[in-house]
Amino acid sequence: MKLQKASLFGLYAVLELARDTERQLSATDIAESYGISTHHLAKVLRTLVRSGLVQAVRGAGGGYRFTGIVNRTTLLDIIELFETLESDLDTPSPNAQSGGAIVEELQSITREIDDLTKAVLDTITLETALNSSQLRDTLSGQ
Amino acid sequence: MNNQVTIRNAILSDINAVIELDLVGTPEEKLAYWQGIFDRYVTTGKDGVFFLVAEINGEVIGFAIGEVRAWEFGSPPCGWVFSLSVSPKTRERGVGRLMFKEMCQRLKNAGVSTVRTMVDRENKLTLSFFRSQGLRTGRYIELEKQIGDMEATS
Repeated sequence: MKLQKASLFGLYAVLELARDTERQLSATDIAESYGISTHHLAKVLRTLVRSGLVQAVRGAGGGYRFTGIVNRTTLLDIIELFETLESDLDTPSPNAQSGGAIVEELQSITREIDDLTKAVLDTITLETALNSSQLRDTLSGQ
Repeated sequence: MNNQVTIRNAILSDINAVIELDLVGTPEEKLAYWQGIFDRYVTTGKDGVFFLVAEINGEVIGFAIGEVRAWEFGSPPCGWVFSLSVSPKTRERGVGRLMFKEMCQRLKNAGVSTVRTMVDRENKLTLSFFRSQGLRTGRYIELEKQIGDMEATS
């Protein structure tokens, strides 16, 4: 699975903001933490604000803060704001009748893979991902 | 009133409370099944077999069953949690987490270092719970085939 950049940046931003729901961070703060483009992240943050998961706080000392529910929002909820996780399998041309069964079989296999991918991402909440990453930090002595 | 959750071994008189907490199927369908489970996991008291219940003020509000299984599917001994349920009215109070932690401790004491379970992929609530307890997709893949109409299958 290859996530689009917007999905990945969305996950970075939401997880970073959800680490401390009282904290406000600017797009630059988040972009610097993950070594990503501020410009691209700003666009992603606009989508997150529209979804209601993130609030933009105006004025001096303003920034973004997480307003969703950490133990109810899943990684898939974030990713699906930016893309649908469907494998890209080019369908045959209308003339290629004889290969139809093989194409259908390959489509069925990719659907099986997509379903498993979604089942994983849809059951990992932000809270679970944050707890696991905190454990990683602890184990690596950071 | 003390709202402390306590975890203890199941006893025979817990059977009705357990059937009530088991949200799958109807009570009539489940009686024979649960009698069999109680016979195997409560009455016989084998090693490596654990049937726990959680209670608050003497009321059973959750249960968990697990055991050590060895060499099934070529796997070295490992712990399986094959049933865990918490009353909807006492959810989000850490009851499942407490039972699972106690189950893991019992399984660890029995000599295994891995715990497994299996959950319907549509059951987001239970899958999310086990993931929150640190479980991940394991190294074994469950496979199945519809065999109701053998003529149509190869």
